[in-house]
Amino acid sequence: MLFHPATFAPQLRCNRRMITVRKLVKRFGPKTVLRGLDFEVESGEFVALLGPNGAGKTTFLRILASLSRPAMGEVQIAGFFLPGQASSVRRRLGVVSHLPLLYGDLTAEENLRFYGRMYAVPDLPPRITEVLEMVGLAARRRDLVRTFSRGMQQRLAIGRAVLHDPDVMLFDEPHTGLDQDASVMLDTVLQEVAARGRTVVMTSHDLARTADLASRFDVLSRGKIVASVQRDDMESTNNLLAFYRQAVEEA
Amino acid sequence: MKRKSQIANFFRALWAVVWKDLSAEWRSRELLTAMLVFALLVILIFNFALELDARARASVTSGVLWVTFAFAGTLGLNRSMATEKDRGCLDGLLLAPVDRSAIYFGKAIGNLVFMFVVEVIVLPIYSVLYNINLFRPGLLLVILLGSIGYVAVGTLLSTMAVQARTRDILLPILLFPLVVPIMIAAVKASGGFLQDLPWIEVSTWINLLIVYDVIFVAVAFMLFDFVVEE
Repeated sequence: MLFHPATFAPQLRCNRRMITVRKLVKRFGPKTVLRGLDFEVESGEFVALLGPNGAGKTTFLRILASLSRPAMGEVQIAGFFLPGQASSVRRRLGVVSHLPLLYGDLTAEENLRFYGRMYAVPDLPPRITEVLEMVGLAARRRDLVRTFSRGMQQRLAIGRAVLHDPDVMLFDEPHTGLDQDASVMLDTVLQEVAARGRTVVMTSHDLARTADLASRFDVLSRGKIVASVQRDDMESTNNLLAFYRQAVEEA
Repeated sequence: MKRKSQIANFFRALWAVVWKDLSAEWRSRELLTAMLVFALLVILIFNFALELDARARASVTSGVLWVTFAFAGTLGLNRSMATEKDRGCLDGLLLAPVDRSAIYFGKAIGNLVFMFVVEVIVLPIYSVLYNINLFRPGLLLVILLGSIGYVAVGTLLSTMAVQARTRDILLPILLFPLVVPIMIAAVKASGGFLQDLPWIEVSTWINLLIVYDVIFVAVAFMLFDFVVEE
């Protein structure tokens, strides 16, 4: 069983708007990174956010994660507004970035225990075991995280992010720095996370990898969503590269 | 009922951060080793540099002690926050649905424990090297109050400094001007106790330390959320 019985509420994860973003603007000094961005995600969707370097993907994800405050615009996640109801939003979010957000001098189990306490996860010990089994690290639970390979750290990072059973998962370039085998293993975990009805937003440069995972593809360029396509509307995922190139060129 | 649950969440998160810092340090001993080696080197160098008679010793001891604690403390504060930043763990903390002041107090209590450990080891060594009795209740009270004020403002500023590329240089530049009142009060009060001055002459400095502790803890509590937000 992947979800904790006390918090698993599948009825909440379907047929409703999970993320709504309106006219989002973010500036760093004189530089405007996001220029009136609009974005919507339905519950259970897996959205891949594609775009060239410097398009504002990471900045956008950090705003959704409540780590960065927008200059203007409205952000609503799971019915709660940012930044006013940030604590309620954080409770429903799981975030994985290219950094593991894990402590090297703690074991895998200790890392999960720490984050479990921070998120007030009930019945923590069995939940930790469950999550470690899900990410394939049960045998290494008592090993220090600094002894883990990059791929193992990233899998544990996903375990950390799903520990409190969030409704929305944000992945920022999760494949960065992973070799082929580790990437394939990470994809398996990502598919399992998404298959449980979670809403997922993932930024990526790797179109081939993304094509097999996402149900919708949005292209972010020059601080705006410039194109969007449903996977079901594409004749083949081989067309994704052409779609992406055209969207960026037209922007 | 909701209020009770919020308070329970606050203390659970605070304790989780303290437990995490102490457990990680127990494994690596990086931070304490650096602070201790530095502190011992400073008092050793001062011992050879200053040829002092008994009376002069009592008057310079407070200064040497607080210079040692301040420099070693800066080293610890920098390292403690750098650990959070290097693997993105600070983001991990900020993503948790807890009052961010619980994170601040958790980090501050962890830093205070490290500072106390260094002080507990440095004091007897200093006593032997300088042939002076430092185990006086008044002096221990000053060390407690001075360390609380130093760590309160230091934890806040190290959170700010760690965001910059020049964090190692930035922290002392930001911290030392702000802790000057604490350092002056601590040195004066420590000197007073070591020279057996009457309580009435020392109490002014003790009061000043208490006032600064309260102000710095309150300011850090109010500002931490703004400091960590982009």
